[in-house]
Amino acid sequence: MARMNKIHVIGFSLVIALLPFILQRWGATAYYVDVLVFVAIHSILAMGLALLIGFAGQISLGHAAFYGIGAYASGLLTTRASCSPWLAIVAGVIIAGLTAYVIGVPSLKLHGHYLAMATLGAGVIVSVVFNEAVWLTGGPSGFGEIPPLTLLGIEVNNISYYYFSWAVAIAVLILSLNIVNSRVGRALRAIRDSELAAMSSGINTSRFKLQIFVLSGIYGSIAGSLYAHFVTFINPPPFDVFFSVKLLMMVCIGGMQSIWGAIAGAALLTFLPEWLTFLQDFDILAYGVLLLVIIVFFPDGLSGLIKTFISAFRRTAINI
Amino acid sequence: MISHPLQYILTGLTIGCIYALIALGFNIIYNVTEVINFAQGEFAVWGALTMVLLIEHLKIPLVLNFFLSVSLVSFIGSLIYLVAIKPMRRPSVLTMIVVTIALSIILKGGAMFIWGKDPFALEPFTSGPPFRLFGASVLLQSLWVLGITFALVIALSLYFQKTIWGKAMSACADNPLAAGLVGIDVNKMVLASFALSAALGAIGGIIITPITLMEYDRGAMLALKGFGASVMGGLGSFYGAILAGFCLGLLESLATGYLSSSYKDGIALFILLLVLFFKPSGLLGATRVVTKE
Repeated sequence: MARMNKIHVIGFSLVIALLPFILQRWGATAYYVDVLVFVAIHSILAMGLALLIGFAGQISLGHAAFYGIGAYASGLLTTRASCSPWLAIVAGVIIAGLTAYVIGVPSLKLHGHYLAMATLGAGVIVSVVFNEAVWLTGGPSGFGEIPPLTLLGIEVNNISYYYFSWAVAIAVLILSLNIVNSRVGRALRAIRDSELAAMSSGINTSRFKLQIFVLSGIYGSIAGSLYAHFVTFINPPPFDVFFSVKLLMMVCIGGMQSIWGAIAGAALLTFLPEWLTFLQDFDILAYGVLLLVIIVFFPDGLSGLIKTFISAFRRTAINI
Repeated sequence: MISHPLQYILTGLTIGCIYALIALGFNIIYNVTEVINFAQGEFAVWGALTMVLLIEHLKIPLVLNFFLSVSLVSFIGSLIYLVAIKPMRRPSVLTMIVVTIALSIILKGGAMFIWGKDPFALEPFTSGPPFRLFGASVLLQSLWVLGITFALVIALSLYFQKTIWGKAMSACADNPLAAGLVGIDVNKMVLASFALSAALGAIGGIIITPITLMEYDRGAMLALKGFGASVMGGLGSFYGAILAGFCLGLLESLATGYLSSSYKDGIALFILLLVLFFKPSGLLGATRVVTKE
């Protein structure tokens, strides 16, 4: 990993480690720690989607499906098969990876709008199954009593869940940054800029696209398992197509071509509903306007804005 | 009326009309701009709900009301282009998808703000009991839906082949640069394409409401099915959209009747995906699938 990245990751981990104490100082309730767990979960999802969309240039409008597969695998295997939660997470990863492979092989041959339609369709089909396979998933009313995670005999909950979920998120962050800065990352960017050019310089485009699609599916599944053991109850709505769209929003608002941006986008869109509760159901209007303004006026998202600020700051600093 | 095949086919054709109209709306904008407008389904919702509003509060008679509602939605369609699509500086397929999704969210929120969350009904265009046809019962409104769709398809194909405006629009679809060189105002044509496809969406929404009711959040599903039909027929293909719209409607209705009503959306989409995977250019699409970069 590049040195700058190392410093950023260490700094970020410190902030995350200290955040609960700072929040406590400010008199924030434990509720905010819960919201931060969701920021970690959404960050994992958004990083996977950013790798796929921002770096490989492939659209997915059905990513919530993998999130759902992870959550349902964890939930079902632990409650119905009384399987260990850790084993269930691994099983979820395998199922989601295989699903991504099966969807990816035919879909990733498609381009642009056709790929958007294929992933959207796959996402809807998975969410129809969650809703209608009542014998398995409990249908629209879902099911509960998913056991919490235990680590070395200690139950992971509240504040320890916060540290656990962020440890996973930071591991995913390091992995993603390494991918982006490696030969694979360069190959992905080449595919994004021109698949034809990438192919003619010897990059096996279909293999790379499939690998990154499966990897982002696996990220999704891990996030889903984290969700299941945290909320201990699952029903279909958090994994529907609207959530896929929300994930896309996170990636776009953060800046598509930035892993850090994905985390920023995830944080903003997780906190926004908490700040907009006074709007009640009309908060979707605020989402729509925010997304529109960012895409039309700041196509590089939050990360682009921050970069502009930093370079402007450097310029003035040199001038002084 | 138990599991009569003709009944399912008629229902499928009726709902297929709506998918076909929305798919045509997708195609008209796509042809001229290469943009897939995900707000297309919201036009149907706005058309129908505007008509409900005008009937209930202003008591405007049916025919006038129909034209007023369609014009209003068509105006909203043009406004969308001017406010959100035109200012885009470097649009890619993905950013355009996100922009139109944002627009659909705004329109949906707007509809919730104006009309609330309750479903609304419209009176059928002609009142009367359903009649029997070879053992299936046919709603009079279904005939209106089929008739209006049929008339629109003929009018549109005449428009694109015979009128100067239609030909100009087709020229823009084929090659905007060349169209501009021969003196066609490409900008105006793009604006017209948004107005036209919004109008088609509105008409689709209005004619189906007496059968299925309409509420603020229907747009997303209608857009999904319309987009599906448009892709299945081959993006940009006029007759492909109509054929695929009817196929999707029939598939859904037959799946409801013979397989499982709860899985109908899943089954219809699954077959759509199979079509995409085995014939990526759609049923009647051109062979070139790779989008221009």
